[in-house]
Amino acid sequence: MNLASTMAAPHFAATDSFIELAARERARRLLDADTFRELLGPFDRITSPWLPLQGIVCQADDGAIVARGTIDGMPAVVAAIESAFQGGSIGEVSGSKIAAALELALRDCERGKIVRPVIVFETGGVRLQEANLGLAVIAEIQAAIVALRRYVPVVGVIAGMVGCFGGMSLAAALCTRLIMTRQGRLGMNGPEVIEQEAGIEELDASDRRRIWQLIGGEQRVATGLADTLVDDDAQVIGAAVRAAFAAGVPDVHRSEAVERYLSLLSGVTPETVTPEAMRALFGGASSNRDERRLDR
Amino acid sequence: MNETTPLSRGQRWFRALAGDAAGNAPVSPIWYADAPLCDESARFIAVVPDADNRFPRARENVVGLEQGWRLARAVREVVDADARAERRRPIVAIVDVKGQAYGYREETLGIHLACAAAVDAYASARLAGHPIVALIVGPAMSGAFLAHGYQANRILALDAPGTMVHAMGKEAAARVTRRCVEALDALGETITPMSYSLAAFAKLGLLDRLIDGVDADAPTDEQVARVRQILADTAASARCGPSDLSRRLDSDTARTTRAASIEVRRRMAMQWDAGESA
Amino acid sequence: MEHLTFDYPARRVVAARSHVGVVGSGDLEVLLAPNDAMQARVVVNTSVDGYGHIWKSVLDRFFTRYDGAASIEINDFGATPGVVALRLAEAAEEAEGMQGARA
Repeated sequence: MNLASTMAAPHFAATDSFIELAARERARRLLDADTFRELLGPFDRITSPWLPLQGIVCQADDGAIVARGTIDGMPAVVAAIESAFQGGSIGEVSGSKIAAALELALRDCERGKIVRPVIVFETGGVRLQEANLGLAVIAEIQAAIVALRRYVPVVGVIAGMVGCFGGMSLAAALCTRLIMTRQGRLGMNGPEVIEQEAGIEELDASDRRRIWQLIGGEQRVATGLADTLVDDDAQVIGAAVRAAFAAGVPDVHRSEAVERYLSLLSGVTPETVTPEAMRALFGGASSNRDERRLDR
Repeated sequence: MNETTPLSRGQRWFRALAGDAAGNAPVSPIWYADAPLCDESARFIAVVPDADNRFPRARENVVGLEQGWRLARAVREVVDADARAERRRPIVAIVDVKGQAYGYREETLGIHLACAAAVDAYASARLAGHPIVALIVGPAMSGAFLAHGYQANRILALDAPGTMVHAMGKEAAARVTRRCVEALDALGETITPMSYSLAAFAKLGLLDRLIDGVDADAPTDEQVARVRQILADTAASARCGPSDLSRRLDSDTARTTRAASIEVRRRMAMQWDAGESA
Repeated sequence: MEHLTFDYPARRVVAARSHVGVVGSGDLEVLLAPNDAMQARVVVNTSVDGYGHIWKSVLDRFFTRYDGAASIEINDFGATPGVVALRLAEAAEEAEGMQGARA
């Protein structure tokens, strides 16, 4: 698939693009109409204690928007990362906002009041200017997802253009269901970092087509590492989120299917790892979505 | 394994703590075994170099594809075994991981999911009541530490050269931020979360104990015995505490250095229910 | 990084608050809220030093037409004067409720 030509052809331009929306608007669109209520918004002014020490101007919401509302009438909370600020990287405050939202949703769920959590991942991972605190809060986000998804699906959306990388890619993989656009990418190490650490023969970060072939939304859904492939359309994505909740909590989450994935890995020939070979071996989303599996 | 290759710290500490227990033939890259920890059995897990790993970019002490899934298996096996037991045994993560594996195969085949599987397993074990204790004996870096150690109830570290916690290796971070290594070090002196020193990491309130006076590369029997006792005491203490990570924000250290993390939670809780909007 | 403060006279109360923009490269966010005193105060946090006179010029121009008693905070990451003027206008409009502003 040639991403460049898709984006150049005007008649493919989405009229209700989700990608072009800022994080706040994305959160608004994913919640039922007129139910959006932001928590710790810009006027609460909880900002990074660490960026000003380095001469970096803060964003008043630290790049994470948390909003309550309803989804299909049920109480919900959406955490959307603003990639325009510091690449969506996770700092102490932005990560704590996401973790706190999940922890409070968990508290409600434990009390019998289900809250539907959605995370819109648009992030390069840890904010290096806050290094160890970014890493720590990501661990807290991960802990909250594992606890929360016993009660309610935790739904992740990866729309692009930044995608979901670093420690937050692990959080995405813990989600019950992942919705991705073709423009979205999901990977642990950014292509630039791989090229830098392993050399350009390992991965040429400027080869956009190859990058998307390996870790883009279409490939991830085709190999079962994400669940739903959607067009870049706010209504379509909203519908996919609602469907993800309607499908309920599965018996086994993708990140729990240990024996399955060890078995698949053992069938891989490391010398010939290609996107096509992986599709053939791993199968598509339909082979593991909502399956009631007893083996792990 | 080549007998003339020096043991990695993970290997050395696994052998010291879990013994060369007869019947345990640890298989690289994940060494795990059940061994006594004072008066109970504990599972010890270490990530070790694997020169024969099928994936060429995952042969050092890193968390790659096989490491992630095998860590998950090592943890889940003990969770399943103790599922009906009155007492869930402690799990000790011996942490010596320089990072996640970097490679196109890793990305293609979903290393993010492999690491998430390990996160999931450790978190689930903790929620099931297993005291999880991470013992940092070398580097505890980035996604590898997220996968192996950071979901623990308690985190301990040897105060020794070569132990560190960080989101990215110094040289790589210097390249990415376009600074020199010396500049990064200087930043770390005033900006605690950016520091590479364990003493600074301890100020974040995440480290339960920094164990000094131990030779991380060649510990004496006395030093091993001391660490073993600390592990046992820590596991016992963890068993009495919460099974979530709330304790990390519940200390004077955290109240000082992670005031913002605490404030976020306090104020979001106040706004959570309608009537108190932003 | 610089912090600049500017005061302007005001003639009417501002009823609502508004927020526009993002602190991305070449962009800025504007937080506009009612001020207690009958004056407007602008606080600028900018990543680019040495352009105080340009900020004054842009703000002088904005306040020739804006007379609300507003407390305005600007977090700037190297926006051009044109983008600053645009965001200020957006913030003012949103507070006046004249148009559903884009977030």
